[in-house]
Amino acid sequence: MSVVEQDNVEAVEAGVLEGVVVRFAGDSGDGMQLTGNNFTEATAIYGNDLATFPDFPAEIRAPAGATFGVSAFQISFGSGDVTTPGDAVDVLVAMNPAALITNVKDLVEGGVIIADADAFTDKNLARAGYKLNPLEDGSLDNYRLIAIDISKRVLDTVKPFGLSHKFGLRCKNMWTLGLTMWLFDRSRDAAIDGLKKKFAKLPDIADANVAAINAGHAFGETAELPSGVEIYKVPKANVEPGLYRNTTGSEALAYGLIAGGQLADLPIVFASYPITPASSLLHTLSSQKHFDVLTFQAEDEIAAVCAAIGASFAGSLGITSSSGPGIALKAEAISLACATELPLVIVNTQRGGPSTGLPTKTEQSDLLQALYGRHADTPLPVIASATSSDCFDVAIEGVRLATKYRTPVIILSDGYLANASEPWKIPNFDDYEPFPVVAPTEAEGFSPSNRDPDTLARIWAKPGTPGLEHRIGGIERDSVTGDISYAPENHQKMTLLRKARIDGIAKDIPLQTVDQGNTTGQLAVVGWGSTYGVIHQAVKRARLESLDVSHIHIRYMWPLPQNLGELLKGFDGVLIPEMNTGQLVSILRAEYLVDAKGFNKVSGQPFKIREIEAAIKDQLESQS
Amino acid sequence: MNAPLTLKDYETDQEVRWCPGCGDYAILKTLHKFMPTLGIPKEKSVFVSGIGCSSRFPYYMNTYGFHTIHGRAPSVATGIKLANPELDVWMVTGDGDGLSIGGNHMMHVLRRNVDLQILLFNNEIYGLTKGQYSPTSKIGTRSPSTPDGSVDRPLDPCSFALGAGARFVARSIDTEMKHLTVMLGRAHAHKGASFLEILQNCPVYNDGIFEDVKNKKTAADSRLVLEHGKPMLFGKEQQKGLRMNTVKLQLEVVTIGKEGVSLDDIMVHDETNKVLAQMLASLHAPDFPEPVGVIYCAGVSGYVDDVYAQRIAVREVKGAPDMNALLRSGHTWQVD
Repeated sequence: MSVVEQDNVEAVEAGVLEGVVVRFAGDSGDGMQLTGNNFTEATAIYGNDLATFPDFPAEIRAPAGATFGVSAFQISFGSGDVTTPGDAVDVLVAMNPAALITNVKDLVEGGVIIADADAFTDKNLARAGYKLNPLEDGSLDNYRLIAIDISKRVLDTVKPFGLSHKFGLRCKNMWTLGLTMWLFDRSRDAAIDGLKKKFAKLPDIADANVAAINAGHAFGETAELPSGVEIYKVPKANVEPGLYRNTTGSEALAYGLIAGGQLADLPIVFASYPITPASSLLHTLSSQKHFDVLTFQAEDEIAAVCAAIGASFAGSLGITSSSGPGIALKAEAISLACATELPLVIVNTQRGGPSTGLPTKTEQSDLLQALYGRHADTPLPVIASATSSDCFDVAIEGVRLATKYRTPVIILSDGYLANASEPWKIPNFDDYEPFPVVAPTEAEGFSPSNRDPDTLARIWAKPGTPGLEHRIGGIERDSVTGDISYAPENHQKMTLLRKARIDGIAKDIPLQTVDQGNTTGQLAVVGWGSTYGVIHQAVKRARLESLDVSHIHIRYMWPLPQNLGELLKGFDGVLIPEMNTGQLVSILRAEYLVDAKGFNKVSGQPFKIREIEAAIKDQLESQS
Repeated sequence: MNAPLTLKDYETDQEVRWCPGCGDYAILKTLHKFMPTLGIPKEKSVFVSGIGCSSRFPYYMNTYGFHTIHGRAPSVATGIKLANPELDVWMVTGDGDGLSIGGNHMMHVLRRNVDLQILLFNNEIYGLTKGQYSPTSKIGTRSPSTPDGSVDRPLDPCSFALGAGARFVARSIDTEMKHLTVMLGRAHAHKGASFLEILQNCPVYNDGIFEDVKNKKTAADSRLVLEHGKPMLFGKEQQKGLRMNTVKLQLEVVTIGKEGVSLDDIMVHDETNKVLAQMLASLHAPDFPEPVGVIYCAGVSGYVDDVYAQRIAVREVKGAPDMNALLRSGHTWQVD
């Protein structure tokens, strides 16, 4: 979520930029993600608003120089409200020919290329598919090229620390970081502190990396760079006062789950099985054992969800997490939790599919799976995060709904949100309203089928409580006694009860608001999940051109907000951009009989602002 | 002090829905009688099951109970124990539930050594789905899905358990209430995953498969009752026994008094010896007597205890949890 109160409207002077997009690209072993994260931190400290997009291959260490092994990290930062990693790249750092050839097409005309000339060897050029060396053949004349013998300079710099050739070369990324820091006038302090901490036990490596950063920075100061390349000033954004940190979606989600457990006054058992891009949740939570959080790396996805269900039966809150393929494996067990009306939180960090698909790329194609991907009538609440920091609040809301209504809840995140970091104004946890769960102890009149008359939530009696011994299971239960029942009228009643309980949640969630624009008009652009930032910018630009467009962003995917249907009917047209082939659009058409149009992209890459802007204009055109 | 619990306290008001003559009745009766002897408040006990005839068990035990989904009882039980290590968790499964669809979970619950009593009712057949052969069915088993006889080789439950790293492996018989009671006691006393295979007769789809082992007339010759520290003798007069053939490295049946065999030649059962356990687990009729009793028992710390111990250790270092401190961990900056 953007942290900017209002855009910085000061006149942009010469040499001063409103916003810049930088992309670091190199081999998957070149440390581009680390470089990007360090630069992000320095940029946040500097006071710009920012958004990032780490984009890396599924291969951990692809063969050196291969185009499919290129790992990139993009950051957009500026003095205005920044909510996307940017459409086009202003500065490209290319550590080898493969990184250049796969990324240069996104560079703006006149953009800056910083390339490690030493890596443009015949072998690497051939592997990337270059016949001639692009650093020398004039093919990059439309750009401002800074080709530097980075490898050689790095090796010279780190020589005094006695590193091997191999380890010495690994400092390349820090040298490049130093140069980029100079280019944008960022402070090196945080990165240097971080390196000293990271390599506390290996002081030579720490010193070599610090020397590399400083050498890269000094190069910028002293070298004669091509004309037009100078220190760029990107003024600070008008950031809301407060204490900040950077967060990725998976970090915020992990913290939100812990926070949710505390607010519910329940211990958490987080059971999961490794899967890209969801594993970082398991990693983050497993290092927070001092909280009431136990993590369990199960033998498979099914065991993970079943252990979580067992934990919920025993009175803790069971949580499980995966990505689409893993959620498919968990489906039968989620239906068990629906049948037995136990709380359960399921996090789906979506990725490109089907099957293994694009494990490290992003997509929003599991919405229908979340809503309908189980056997039988098993409605359950589904909520989706809009931004990395929003994952915190969404996780808390997921825990609240699961524990209050005794139901599985699916939280949808995606690969982009999980990995992308943004500045987060750190909330004060004391401001959150607790929703403690009180376990029953009264044996008189107890039946496992007892319900709260308002929420229809089934009583959640904790094993170990005297007098409340009971049996539950997947066989249909009598609506009064909880005993096994195959009676036709009872199954009808129970199915409708389970549905009514979930439908009733609509009364307990906020009404749908309009994020930007009027509540009626020519066009509503309706989004959900991680497209928030890009739709926000596209609608903002369209509105600056006086187009009658509003942005509606849905968090509660099921049950939908009570007023959503009416709200949509107030617009002449509804446009739904999604990173799938049209899932929300089907749901909204089915639910409200609105003539919503989809705008879809399934390339594994997030939308660009201009793509949505163009779709808005096309849609308005077709309506006129 | 409340009055001690009795068999009646563990019975439920539910109509038991097994076929007449099913071995499960005998096991249920034994459990009803056994549970009060533990002196554990019944609200502390949880019975967890998967799917199948045996998995209906929790409905008939007046404790906490969870009838889950096919094959997944080990995972649900692990979650229960992780959430509340004070609960006394029992898992009831069958050969299809526990070794076919749930084989993976069974392997891991045993390897992790989660403190559970795992009762595997082995009737070598799928009962609830009307009689298909199971992963423990003998080759040649005729069933609706194998009308010409099954051709795949069966799995031996106790060998599987040992292979998975189980630290307690025992075998008993549905109708042998006395022996089964002792085995339940041993399984319960063992900290960690206790694997108890119970040979159970299915009178409808696989009647009589354990007849030799169960029938009083033939049992003496076809059953080897294992006792730790005692020679492995069987037969009406306890004249037969198992001897270790040190050349072939295998157990063989010998008769005392024949071919110069004396009592001293008979192998003494050592339930802490894994190699011996693996040999015993794989002995089957008709060449060998069926070993019943504790095949292997060698305790180590249980998974859940280790998890909690680790958390205590982490808390000592990190201190009390503080949400606001967690949110402010790592690099932060102030904007004024």
